Amino acid sequence: MSNEQILTDLAAIVEEVAGVDQAEVTADKSFVDDLDIDSLSMVEIAVQAEDKFGVKIPDDELANLKTVGDAVTYIASNV
Amino acid sequence: MSSSNDVVVTGLGATTPLGGDVASTWDGLISGRSGVTKIQADWAERFDLPVRIAAQLAKEPAEQMARVQARKMDRCEQVALIAAVEAWADAGLPREPATQVDPERLGVVVGTGIGGALTLLSQDDNLEHFGLRKVSPLTIPMLMPNGPAAWVGLSFRAEGGVHAPVSACASGAEALAMAWRMLRADEVDVVIAGGAEACICPLPLAGFAQMRAMSTRNDDPAAASRPFDIKRDGFVLGEGAGMMVLERASFARARGARVYGRLAGIGTSSDGHHITAPHPDGTGAARAITSALRTAGIDPADVGHVNAHATATAVGDVAEASAIRSSIGDHAVVTAPKSSLGHLLGAAGAVEAIATLLAIRDGVVPPTLNLDHIDPAVQLDVTTEARKVELTAAVNDSFGFGGHNVALAFTGA
Repeated sequence: MSNEQILTDLAAIVEEVAGVDQAEVTADKSFVDDLDIDSLSMVEIAVQAEDKFGVKIPDDELANLKTVGDAVTYIASNV
Repeated sequence: MSSSNDVVVTGLGATTPLGGDVASTWDGLISGRSGVTKIQADWAERFDLPVRIAAQLAKEPAEQMARVQARKMDRCEQVALIAAVEAWADAGLPREPATQVDPERLGVVVGTGIGGALTLLSQDDNLEHFGLRKVSPLTIPMLMPNGPAAWVGLSFRAEGGVHAPVSACASGAEALAMAWRMLRADEVDVVIAGGAEACICPLPLAGFAQMRAMSTRNDDPAAASRPFDIKRDGFVLGEGAGMMVLERASFARARGARVYGRLAGIGTSSDGHHITAPHPDGTGAARAITSALRTAGIDPADVGHVNAHATATAVGDVAEASAIRSSIGDHAVVTAPKSSLGHLLGAAGAVEAIATLLAIRDGVVPPTLNLDHIDPAVQLDVTTEARKVELTAAVNDSFGFGGHNVALAFTGA
């Protein structure tokens, strides 16, 4: 799966959970600082991403995924 | 007669089985509509529940707010917020920026009987069937009974105290009583107060049905809720919310607010008798009413109308009738709004308090539906049609499992 495809699918999850327009969900954006996503929503996004991409995102890894790009890279290298 | 220590009502909001706002709800009450219908969901049949009817919301709450906001909130929280938004606007208060009220002088009191039962039960199903990962991280804020109050508080940036009284079916009225105390103590200038409930789902229905507290008149939903009638067979579960904006009279006057009337006095008491059954003589209820009239400085003879709790249970209605006769007398025009609305549990007292106040404003008492043959033990003037009557003062009763009694005394503007 290409990074572009992961980004597209992840952006759809972020929109579903947090209501952020998919177009806003770009690699350089911070989940907390730029997209205003709280920790509870991050947990929901992680669970949906696990199901969508077939990866495991343990809590200690989730804490390191500061930006959308971090998440895309993590997912790409762990599928 | 009004003094600066008075508590006035300046805004009303509601979403009920009769309508999505106060105007449609009040119109439904006055015109004698029933909000009771057949439950369409498949579970009533699947669990072979003896009760297949309920008073379901006229307007879906989730469709009235942004999708992402709705998914973070239990249905009970959604209805609270919808009613609060209406009440706030009705009070002529701007939302953004909320410059007219200092946040530290704004309080919120929203009661609920059960809270986020739908969330609790659906998330328990998730845990059972799909495991931990499928339990939403929003489970706790969605199920906690202070959730409706907290969401209203957040939405209007109330920093003067957010409270959530839980006293079963008296919760909504108790919230208004608590607001009255906060305002009289000069802790805040404005309070958004009321009640919210939304738990029409299998377990609550099964539990109430097992208590034999509910009507099973499934073949005739509109005739099922029959307060004070000799053939009453229990209450009909409803859902909804009612909110008031209450203010210190001096504050309301200074900002030039339109005033519906005064919450002139409140009375609360407890039966000390039984976990669910009311005291058969209604002595606790009578003490609450007497206390409301005393704090209001109203003579029982001047109470022209009682908006009764009357859920249509065998014992409750007669005990309340006895309480009304002993504390007020038999001269007041009585109505039982649950004949039309169903029983909104923790929202009931708030929605019915709104009806009580509007009865004074409009000089009309809504009809009690399905009262074909009044129970001879009631001995009150219960109206079966919309009755025109000049009112200066009216009382709203609310009682809850656990022996909670609340009475609210309203006067006109």
